[in-house]
Amino acid sequence: MKPAAFDYVRADHLDEALDVLGREGGEARVIAGGQSLMPMLNMRLAKPKTLVDIMHLDELARIERKATTVTIGAGVRQARLLDWPELSKALPLAALALPWTGHAQTRSRGTVCGSIAHADPSAELPLVLQALGGEVHLRSARRRRTVAAGDFFTGMMATARADDEMIEAVSFPADRKRCAFREVARRHGDFAIVACAAVATQDGVRLAVGGVADMPEVRDFPRLEASALDDALNAFAYQLDARDDVHATARYRRDLVRMIGRDLVREVLQ
Amino acid sequence: MSRLQAGQRHPVRFTLNGKPCTGEAEPRMLLTDFLRHQIGATGTHVGCEHGVCGACTINIDGVPARACLTLAVQVEACDVRTVESLAPLSDRLGILQTAFKRNHALQCGFCTAGILMSLDGFLREHPQPDEGAIRDLLTGHLCRCTGYTPIVRAALEAAAEMRGDLSREKSDA
Repeated sequence: MKPAAFDYVRADHLDEALDVLGREGGEARVIAGGQSLMPMLNMRLAKPKTLVDIMHLDELARIERKATTVTIGAGVRQARLLDWPELSKALPLAALALPWTGHAQTRSRGTVCGSIAHADPSAELPLVLQALGGEVHLRSARRRRTVAAGDFFTGMMATARADDEMIEAVSFPADRKRCAFREVARRHGDFAIVACAAVATQDGVRLAVGGVADMPEVRDFPRLEASALDDALNAFAYQLDARDDVHATARYRRDLVRMIGRDLVREVLQ
Repeated sequence: MSRLQAGQRHPVRFTLNGKPCTGEAEPRMLLTDFLRHQIGATGTHVGCEHGVCGACTINIDGVPARACLTLAVQVEACDVRTVESLAPLSDRLGILQTAFKRNHALQCGFCTAGILMSLDGFLREHPQPDEGAIRDLLTGHLCRCTGYTPIVRAALEAAAEMRGDLSREKSDA
């Protein structure tokens, strides 16, 4: 349970980090807070030849609030976002979900962008990004591009990021629509067995579910009454293609989607 | 930019429990192993090595951190505090440690160093915690002996004592 050997690059400028990624591509990995990548290294599920540490880049450690978005740089730790005084007003859904993201002892180091880059299907921050329809800002030595959350997550721990790219920041739409979040995990702070987020939309509600499919999945529902809502949630639960694993059965996961989903939809549409 | 080559040892300079400290580490060396094997600070325990159990929790630049999810080379120029910093003298326990002993908040002691470091930092910032906050903090740790209840009791008692709400006879216990 020790990492395989790698070169460690401490970048002092963003260009240096991008240069290493451009030259070494898939052999190099960016490390920020390390709370997702380090377990992968320790278990040798990831064996990069080079690790590029971006935590000395002050330009990445910014939270920027604009009229309609909040942009969070790759160096912003989860604890800092949780302590951001404007969080509950600007990003109420993130304010609800962040306390469930890891533990105080990992939020203190782990970054918001790092969790999104890791794209664990059970993680809360990718779920919030999906539910709100946020964007991921990717940067490489050759270009900059912005990818919608729905296009960024492509599978279990798989994203649209190219080998020479890094996440420079993520943007969440800032609005004060009604929202709700709930999660079931073995231990508060562990990865979710099922996590759900609901956000009010113009003509109904959007429900996002994590922990069941290979990536967070989103559905928009119109305003539905009792049995029609139950049927719609049941159909959604089956579409997620839940699987049995050591933590829970597929049937239990579907059950949670139906129950939590119904509670959240009602809460948001109240 | 500095590039530390794989397979070679590189000097790491940092502050450990208030004193300057230097050691050598390969890039892949975890901070847990560095502290224990290079520095000889064996108070920090190694449990799961993937950030789940909390046994290796220490304090880096004022915030809690899993030493097993930190590379030794990452603490260059950092202020690192470990469980060895808690006792005021080699034959005296700190307030939190004394409360643990008094409340039987440890049995085998494997998880204790990490829990003490989490609580130490937390109580400095939250001098009046309620039980819920302590229990929430403890979700970041696994203890298979105590059932957590004595740990919660010890933490609340230590918090009260730190605030001066509780006067106890001076003793080594």
